[in-house]
Amino acid sequence: MCLIRHFELHAAQAYEQKLTPGTVYLAVGQEASSATVSMLTPGYAVFTQHRGHSALLAHGGDPAALRDELLGLESGCCGGRGGSACAQDIAIPMYAHHGQLGESIAIATGYALASKKPTLAYFGDAAAEEDYALSSFGFAATHKLPVLYVCEDNNLSILTPIEDRRNWNVYEVADSMGLATANIDDDPVLIHDTVTRLLKSLPAFINIRTCRHLWHTGVGRDGPPEWDRLDEYRSKVPDAEAIENRVKESVEALWQEQLQRQ
Amino acid sequence: MARTVAETIKEITRRHLEENGGLLFGQCIRAVGWVNNSVPDCKNIVEFPASDVGNMGIACGAAVAGVRPIIVIRFQDFMWLNSSALVNYAAKSKEIFGTTTPIFVRALAMANAGCTHSGVLHGVFMHMPGFRICSPMSPCEYEEIWDDFMSHDVPMFVSEHRGSFLHTEEYVNTCQPADVTLVGISAARFNLAEAVEILAEEGITCNVAHCYWLKPFKTDHVLKALANTRMGLVVDAGFEICGAAQSLAYNLMWQTGKPVKALGLEDRSSGVSPASRNSTPSAERIAETVRQAFLEKAENQDCVGISDARMSGAGT
Repeated sequence: MCLIRHFELHAAQAYEQKLTPGTVYLAVGQEASSATVSMLTPGYAVFTQHRGHSALLAHGGDPAALRDELLGLESGCCGGRGGSACAQDIAIPMYAHHGQLGESIAIATGYALASKKPTLAYFGDAAAEEDYALSSFGFAATHKLPVLYVCEDNNLSILTPIEDRRNWNVYEVADSMGLATANIDDDPVLIHDTVTRLLKSLPAFINIRTCRHLWHTGVGRDGPPEWDRLDEYRSKVPDAEAIENRVKESVEALWQEQLQRQ
Repeated sequence: MARTVAETIKEITRRHLEENGGLLFGQCIRAVGWVNNSVPDCKNIVEFPASDVGNMGIACGAAVAGVRPIIVIRFQDFMWLNSSALVNYAAKSKEIFGTTTPIFVRALAMANAGCTHSGVLHGVFMHMPGFRICSPMSPCEYEEIWDDFMSHDVPMFVSEHRGSFLHTEEYVNTCQPADVTLVGISAARFNLAEAVEILAEEGITCNVAHCYWLKPFKTDHVLKALANTRMGLVVDAGFEICGAAQSLAYNLMWQTGKPVKALGLEDRSSGVSPASRNSTPSAERIAETVRQAFLEKAENQDCVGISDARMSGAGT
């Protein structure tokens, strides 16, 4: 969680300093979901969403390649061509999102069918409304595919809350199609226990209610966040401060290493 | 007995599914004649639900996994719903992400089947980067494009036409000194021979160049034929405006400096009744377009060498 938080804050800084040729989709506040899921899913193929820096970092992807992607460099994880929405690291393997909201859900589903390998699909609560998302859940249930769908539900499509968009819940639809489902807060311990249970009965769908601190794109804020799970755990974890300081320094060094070359 | 196009597709597909571990996706594959008897009854066929918007993404995911899937779209008009993952992911993945999504899209066309079942949309996909696009109409052409797919790592859009499925013959290009080169695409190729006969009776001689590689547009035989004539006409079974015929005609004009016209479907929707159809250009319509081209050329006083008799006969 610390790695994601501090990487994203540096990315925000780079964006504000106009060092990124494109925009950024930052996961500040949403760290807990991928940080926890990744602990339980080593070896899974990962398909992520446009807000995918967190998944790449959590699953052990190369932070330097992600940094360089944001800076538009050839050494970026997509050669600088994809930008913030296209985080990938084939060594995981984690495949880039292409910017079409939620379409990676269908691609992940087809990958699981053909490869028979356990597969993860991360997406947001708006992406989950897409036709291809819903039909993918049904397809996975029909073919009993080894997929865990992880909805990082920040309740916002840009700034439009779920209650203004629909009167149904995605996890209930997934449940009706035959997927094992859960709808939980982004408490890491709760995520850990729930995912542990769901992984025994794939395909499964987990809706994790999370809190995006910054705007959909860019670095703006509309006020203080409703909650900050990382901050909450600073007082719960022994040696949290020392751990975070160590991570913070390494992320600082990672960014400075490249920015000093610019 | 010679193999038909449908039998060729079926055999290629059987080999891929049984020997290569390939997958074939589509809706209603096993129903009503196995897609005009072009799909084998074998393993690795996945019936899709009627979820057109999502299905292509699933097929693309299978391509990411490396199984080189075939997806059957029974009517090209259905590509409007099936296109997103193909255009936005499969076709871009190599250039943007450095990964590959080789998927073989069998998009079937059909003539005179109403406003949402008669479309020929290869021109739409030619507009987008990242595809190889072809329209094979004979058994050998189909074998060639399949081998090409297997030796490249990008998606291939195959604009098939049900009218070709029972064909066994191969098409012959001609490259003699003549008046005009007729360049045919898709089902328009079926009408070229008759158009050549009609025009010959009027004293207008034609070369014929069959095109099944649309992107990349393989031009060698077309350029040779065009070099021996004064003008060209590209005829397609798709819409004329901003379509394959206009695009290729423009390309040929710039390469040769010779006038090349384009002919395709008219700019209107196609109905079911005979009067409301918007059909593949017939032999007579092709011939009439050639006559008009000669008239326009004569009016521009550029048509030196075309006999007065031909001029006076044109347009009658």
